[in-house]
Amino acid sequence: MGRKLLLDKAHIEGIRYYDVYRKNGGYAAAEKALKSMSPDQVTEEVKKSGMRGRGGAGFPTGLKWSFLAKPEGVPRYLVCNADESEPGTFKDRYLMEFLPHLLIEGLLISSFALGANTTYIYIRGEYAWIPDILEEAIAEAHKNGWLGKNIQGSGFDLNIYVQRGAGAYICGEETALIESLEGKRGTPRIKPPFPAVKGLYQCPTVVNNVETLAAIVPIINIGGDEYAKIGIGKSAGTKLISACGNLNKPGVYEIEMNISVEEFIYSDEYCGGIPNGKRLKACIPGGSSVPIVPANLLLTTAKGEKRMMTYESLNDGGFATGTMMGSGGFIVLDEDQCVVRHTLSLARFYHHESCGQCSPCREGTGWMEKVLKNIEHGKGKMSDIDLLWDIQRKIEGNTICPLGDAAAWPVAAAIRHFRDEFEWHVLHPDEAQRRNFGLAHYADPLPVAAAV
Amino acid sequence: MAVQFSEEKLNKVKEIIARYPEGKQKSALIPVLHLAQESFGGWLSADTMDYVATLLSIEPIEVYEVATFYSMFNLQPVGKYLFEVCQTGPCMLRGSDDIIHYIKEKLGIKIGETTADGLFTLKTVECLGACGYAPMMQLGKFYKEHLTKEKVDQIIAECRAQANN
Repeated sequence: MGRKLLLDKAHIEGIRYYDVYRKNGGYAAAEKALKSMSPDQVTEEVKKSGMRGRGGAGFPTGLKWSFLAKPEGVPRYLVCNADESEPGTFKDRYLMEFLPHLLIEGLLISSFALGANTTYIYIRGEYAWIPDILEEAIAEAHKNGWLGKNIQGSGFDLNIYVQRGAGAYICGEETALIESLEGKRGTPRIKPPFPAVKGLYQCPTVVNNVETLAAIVPIINIGGDEYAKIGIGKSAGTKLISACGNLNKPGVYEIEMNISVEEFIYSDEYCGGIPNGKRLKACIPGGSSVPIVPANLLLTTAKGEKRMMTYESLNDGGFATGTMMGSGGFIVLDEDQCVVRHTLSLARFYHHESCGQCSPCREGTGWMEKVLKNIEHGKGKMSDIDLLWDIQRKIEGNTICPLGDAAAWPVAAAIRHFRDEFEWHVLHPDEAQRRNFGLAHYADPLPVAAAV
Repeated sequence: MAVQFSEEKLNKVKEIIARYPEGKQKSALIPVLHLAQESFGGWLSADTMDYVATLLSIEPIEVYEVATFYSMFNLQPVGKYLFEVCQTGPCMLRGSDDIIHYIKEKLGIKIGETTADGLFTLKTVECLGACGYAPMMQLGKFYKEHLTKEKVDQIIAECRAQANN
């Protein structure tokens, strides 16, 4: 059984409520930070922990905090990114729904370290029932002296507010999120200036993901050095993985970053394998924007070793052979799934979610969707595959924000690894034939005992 | 003015505005639009948007810009029950196409249409962050997950029963 730092108390009945959370060790880390540490010492612990941001980019959190500008007389803000809109990713919802005080405690410690007296939780609008849960927990924290003025006699003041978005994936990008929080369209800003210098209301701002902020609690509880010992190398600590698609046990799992991908998919402790004994065909291990990989490359590195659930191992060899940890949104495809059809669904998603600010993204995502639709529906030409490749190349790296890359990479990876499947579609326009691939991308069924 | 929040809702608007620094009341726009949509029939008419602009002391165009950008704001009337079925990759892998097809058949409407009795509108949406509980749809404030044809039947029956009460 892997060590759990975030979900270790998730099974306790009533842990959503202050009294139960407090009785089970809640707010001990906040007490420690506020009463015995300076803001710089808190940041130092986070740096020592080696934790990388859990939103997808994987940038070291302590380092990000240290970039925050601190001009005199100007407020600083912490914004919690709870927008969580990446297909395959639903881990932050779990934390907010079942452990709201863990997030509030993490926000309190982080705001103290950053010198922010106002913090906003920007949550995706569709999670419409969760703001009530968070607001109830915020009210409880206020009532018990963990929010408001002079928290626990520390002299530190903090208010936390919840802001609902309204259905725009782009608002997960930090500058688009800030624009949205200011009551505008969620269109990304050109960087620099970075939010750490000019963010919300043109003031210094740190934007961190829900899981990142929740993880500050165990880091302070056990210490940065101890946290850094968990995992492998630069993949320190535990990570929430939201597993979905063709799995026996989809759901949210907390893993120590020292297990193999094979163990994660096939062991009973985690996903329990593929339904109906089917073969694993492919996987997107880090949310829809990261490259899809066929089973054989997913389970084994370029050196022939078992691929591990770490940032480094998943990225082994770059996009050509590996993929990325990303947000931890783990999407599994069994042998019956059609990669072209799946790629089309993702292209439609990115086309729908493009904010329209940059031409390559606005036009390119729609163009990719159209070409993919033709191929999927038996109207494609062989040259369309090269056209698709060409379009994604023209999007990647040519947009203000990473949405362009996020739209381009799934298409690029699908063509790179599954070109034969695209060709099969063109050559076999009949629907029934197109579903009968017989192409060799699969992993043989792995019995659980052999996988662990 | 054709639309007007109740006293209680106006107090809520004031409470929302107070979350932001002085002069930054435009930040309240999205929360107030949510409140307006809930209060005025599930969609935002031009009158509603103009009213919100007045409440926040901003120009109507600033409201239109935002309302047209975010997919959760309905700019046309919708049925009493809005079925928003997720069709993105992870849901598709678990059979969302079949569920959408079944709802269309069951209600006798196409995507984007409302039933003649004004009860149901069917929409397809992109990822709702419930990929592990797929296929799923949003109904009002809540998610309906692990959908099957039987579960869809039950949801429709519950909505009809509620509408008749």
